[in-house]
Amino acid sequence: MLAFIIRRLVQSIGVLLAVAFIAFAMFRFVGDPVNQIVSIEASAEERAQIRESLGLNDPFVVQFARYVGRAATLDFGISYQFRQPVTKLLGERMPATLELALVSAVFALVVGIPMGVYTALRRDSWLAKLFQAVSLVGVSLPTFLIGILLIYVFAVTLGWLPSFGRGEVVRLGDWWTTGFLTTSGLRALILPSITLGLFQMTLIMRLVRAEMLEVLRTDYIKFARARGLTRRAINFGHALKNTLVPVITITGLQLGSIIAFAIITETVFQWPGMGVLFLQAVQNVDIPIMAAYLLLIAFLFVVINLAVDLLYAVVDPRLKVTVRAA
Amino acid sequence: MTEPVLSVRDLKVQFVTRRGVLKAIDGVSFDIAPGEVLGVVGESGAGKSVTGSAVIGLIEPPGRIAGGEIRLKGERIDNLAPEAMRRVRGKRIGMIFQDPLTSLNPLYTVGEQLVETIRTHLPLSAGQARRRAIDLLAEVGIPAPDRRIDGYPHEFSGGMRQRVVIALALSAEPELVIADEPTTALDVSVQAQIITLIKRLCAERGTAVMLVTHDMGVIAETADRVAVMYSGRIVEIGPVRDVVKHPLHPYAVGLMGAIPSLETHADRLVQIRGSMPRLSAIPPGCAFHPRCERAFARCAVDRPEPLDRDRRKVACHLYDEAHAEIAS
Repeated sequence: MLAFIIRRLVQSIGVLLAVAFIAFAMFRFVGDPVNQIVSIEASAEERAQIRESLGLNDPFVVQFARYVGRAATLDFGISYQFRQPVTKLLGERMPATLELALVSAVFALVVGIPMGVYTALRRDSWLAKLFQAVSLVGVSLPTFLIGILLIYVFAVTLGWLPSFGRGEVVRLGDWWTTGFLTTSGLRALILPSITLGLFQMTLIMRLVRAEMLEVLRTDYIKFARARGLTRRAINFGHALKNTLVPVITITGLQLGSIIAFAIITETVFQWPGMGVLFLQAVQNVDIPIMAAYLLLIAFLFVVINLAVDLLYAVVDPRLKVTVRAA
Repeated sequence: MTEPVLSVRDLKVQFVTRRGVLKAIDGVSFDIAPGEVLGVVGESGAGKSVTGSAVIGLIEPPGRIAGGEIRLKGERIDNLAPEAMRRVRGKRIGMIFQDPLTSLNPLYTVGEQLVETIRTHLPLSAGQARRRAIDLLAEVGIPAPDRRIDGYPHEFSGGMRQRVVIALALSAEPELVIADEPTTALDVSVQAQIITLIKRLCAERGTAVMLVTHDMGVIAETADRVAVMYSGRIVEIGPVRDVVKHPLHPYAVGLMGAIPSLETHADRLVQIRGSMPRLSAIPPGCAFHPRCERAFARCAVDRPEPLDRDRRKVACHLYDEAHAEIAS
């Protein structure tokens, strides 16, 4: 097990280095960084001086090594547009994005799994058919449209929930701000989370349904019935647990994309998260932020994948053996 | 005679499909006495397994029990409510399936599955149930049961898993065990062990067994009585010695003739020409008549009812007194 984790960690570092390389390449090839820093009137001498002080005359490999070394200590340089450290900018906005992503993922799981189980067990009931129809809508409607529709119905027409922003936030520790502790913060979370999580929810529901139908046909479910176990024990203890391995895989991968693609939802709801920051950075060619964001997202994907692999072993004892042997 | 454990009368099972109603079982009657082993044989699709599933109440839609009665110790069980029938399953009727590799849930240890079954049916604490589970595993011949109880199914071999399945089927001391092809998926070398084990455990407990198989060797060794099924009906039922040595029904004659024997020398085994009719195209009269070498006019129009012949019943016009002269 330990060997497996170590090997996966080494692989993860490889992935992160590759992403860092791409991120770093942006500095070199998307315009001259000096031009982004100095004003148009700067003389050639000043430019050369800055170039030298930034180490831009060093060989490419040395510069890359320096960038990786700084990134490892969470130093991603100074943002061109804000003149502030990128780490600080991202750190300020990260709690907003992570909280939104977390609530969306929990919403997708808590609603999606029971709906999937229900539609599998009561295939012919009208409610199951309704869920199926709704899930088609969820899968096919683009996120921004769902967001706009929700704003129109619940914020504009009914006036129940706020249409933008995070509401009041409470500061926890040095760098974390949370919207969980105030009513307005919680209310502000509802619409964006539904918008961001709806696609994942329908995906999970359809996945759980398909897997449940598959598992319910197996011999061990038949044998469980023949042993006189209660319907509840069979459906939830035996059948649902066997559907969890694919569900964990998909949920893990989707959690990564929820964070990465929160950009659209954050834009629609003016959510002060990393996604909005990233969009601004793209508009202003603020390469340090783009590069750091790229690395951060890659890091999250790698961590989530590792966690998913470890979770498999918890759910399915057969995989523990392969993991150990591998 | 003591009251039979299981009494099936005129059982009919049908599958409603888009193309019409398929009669998987059409008027089957038999009894199983306490401690008796009834072998049920026949070709694939003859209705052996469906009969077993009907008895334990596991016929799934689109199938349904369309008629007849199933009585367990005199009490009707074919029309019980789902919840009441669930209490019968596992507690009063145990079942052993064909493939031990797929019968156990891969995500739970054998101990968890045993304890769960035991506690569903018996008022025992978790600790008592675990002790009982270890005893059961020891009884079915699993070495070091106190250690193996925490193993997962994939850590057991096929034969060992089938022993676990047997332990599960017997965990609440049922009055009847239905064994549906319990050795078919196993290695030849462990088949005999498993059959001996089932027979010994059930004999010790006085449990009746309905042994569904197409292996005549298993039946000859294990069963007290045997029922030969063809196309959803029992064509002959009686003591295993009589039926195997001197079968009456032409189909049973063909089936027994197909068993190779060491004592008699034969260049070719007997072969029954043709194949069993599909459920959607069962011929009128006796379902076997198109393949029967001794068929006569009446066989094509008149469905034979089971007739008493000594200690057995035969569904064949050859043994109808009125036609005795044709038979001879």
